[in-house]
Amino acid sequence: MTLILSLVVGTLFAGAVYLMLRRSVVKLILGLILLSHGVNLLIFLMGDGLRRGEPAFVDSVTGAVSANAADPLIQALILTAIVISFGLITFIMSLAYRANQAVQSDDLDDMTLTDKL
Amino acid sequence: MDNHLFLPILMPLIGAALAVVAGQRRMLARTIVLLATLANLGYGTWLLWLVDAEGRQATQSGDWAAPFGITLVADGLSALMLIVAALLMLTTLIYSFATLDGDQERFFYYPLLLALLAGVSGAFITGDLFNLYVWFEVMLVASFGLLTLGGSRGQLEGGLKYVVLNLIGSTSFLIGAGLIYGVAGTLNMAHLGERLTTIQEPSLVTAIAGLFLFAFGAKAAIFPLFFWLPTSYHTPPVAVTAIFSGLMTKVGVYSLYRVFGLIFPNELARFAPLILTLAGLTMVIGVIGAVAQTDIRRILSFHIVSQIGYAIMGLGLASVAGLAAGILFIAHVMIVKTALFFIGGAAERIYGTAELKKMGGLAKREPLLATFWLIGILSLAGIPPLSGFFGKLALLQAGVAQQAWLITGVAAGVSILTLFSMLKIWNEVFWKKAYTDVSQLPRVPAGLMIPGAVLALASVALGLGAAPLADYSALAAGQAFDVSGYVVDVCGVAGCDAAATTVRQENTQ
Repeated sequence: MTLILSLVVGTLFAGAVYLMLRRSVVKLILGLILLSHGVNLLIFLMGDGLRRGEPAFVDSVTGAVSANAADPLIQALILTAIVISFGLITFIMSLAYRANQAVQSDDLDDMTLTDKL
Repeated sequence: MDNHLFLPILMPLIGAALAVVAGQRRMLARTIVLLATLANLGYGTWLLWLVDAEGRQATQSGDWAAPFGITLVADGLSALMLIVAALLMLTTLIYSFATLDGDQERFFYYPLLLALLAGVSGAFITGDLFNLYVWFEVMLVASFGLLTLGGSRGQLEGGLKYVVLNLIGSTSFLIGAGLIYGVAGTLNMAHLGERLTTIQEPSLVTAIAGLFLFAFGAKAAIFPLFFWLPTSYHTPPVAVTAIFSGLMTKVGVYSLYRVFGLIFPNELARFAPLILTLAGLTMVIGVIGAVAQTDIRRILSFHIVSQIGYAIMGLGLASVAGLAAGILFIAHVMIVKTALFFIGGAAERIYGTAELKKMGGLAKREPLLATFWLIGILSLAGIPPLSGFFGKLALLQAGVAQQAWLITGVAAGVSILTLFSMLKIWNEVFWKKAYTDVSQLPRVPAGLMIPGAVLALASVALGLGAAPLADYSALAAGQAFDVSGYVVDVCGVAGCDAAATTVRQENTQ
């Protein structure tokens, strides 16, 4: 499972970098989306082993957590990261839409107004 | 428990919420944001005194015992940065009152400014790596809004590049945080500092430290990751450029200081030659980039990059003296840089253009404005007795003491180039004979003059009070490198691992 997920993370990163290096704004945004998914899976792999079927609940009598329980912290981290990347991607999409209206082009090479001397 | 550590985050957040509610009632909204910022400034001053008198302050949010909960820690570096951030925000507010038109104020300009302050304060005061990431995002989202508010073509283009580059920087920060959790099993900075000293796989930690250097380097605009800055910073209103120049890149520098001082002190020694090289290149490239520009704000934007090189040099020297000099320098440059943007913006407003060629003769027309500009540029270049002199002197002394001749020489040379570049603006805007009749130009209103004047005078005051400030920065640098003291203040004398075991035992019984 770890190996499969690692390969998925690598593929997502590779796809993200490829898309971000294109000139189109839309592909740039798609690349950013892939990148954030890749990072979420990477954090998922960083817990103390991948296990299923045993959530990290404390026992109501002893107060102990099962030694085999899944790592709850990575889930909290991913949840936070998902919310943040969702908000940011939404903002970038609306920004790209407005920029597209202003520049009348989807090509990043046309967006050089602020670099001109 | 020092629960007051939540105040610098809470006060701007509450202020932002109230300012949203105040909505169209402009005077009410202005009063609210002013009060919230003043409260942060007052609190920062008190915290500075407290840290100076009693040492590090720490609190656990929600009373979750360290290292499990999110810890807030204020040490000398945090307190100093908090107070400077609040001061810059205060002057930015005054400048905004005088310059912004109704449209921008209507679309939540002030709430965004306060959200920016909350994010910055949170980043300065948190003791948890993932929480630092969250505060970075709070700060960035607010800055995205501020940068693109107005929606001109330049703002949208510059904003898109700014947003994408910062998002990639944040993502590599997140990758680094995830990997370090995999390696050390914790995200509490004190716990990380404790565990990484005895880690089994040092090469993996080196790779992670490299990721953090990339992530924070992109935020701090060090070479070769600075290109988003000059292309976006001159597009929004002057007040926004000024507060960005004072705060945004400096949070990146602060995070580099914090992460390399506390979590990766061993890696810092390994990375020091690389960091020094990058610092030198940042200084030189920034100052050379400014030469080609003929617009006040674009010139100043390149100088932000150049000055960041000095701050990074303080880190790259990898010693308490070097970091102390870096802290002294960064407090100075935040203030002076913002002052220069305010004064340059006032000149821009008088002439209706920022093109140097079309300006001139302002020294005769506005002698007071010219005086403050002169103070600002002399301070930036490092002429005694202004604050910049002592910041650079400390850096050069630390460089000479460690026999880092090359970077010390580059730092001294770039100072001269900075003065040359600043004198270009002085000559063109203030000294040169005007082509137009300057007596026809509008007078500069007090609201545009006061913020720059306050900060320029603050630079003079920092220069005159350099001795206590240097003592304080030495204390702050000592605290930033003092991992064991940090662990004791956060987790108790036994250390974080012992504290974690105690908590587990208490819960199972």
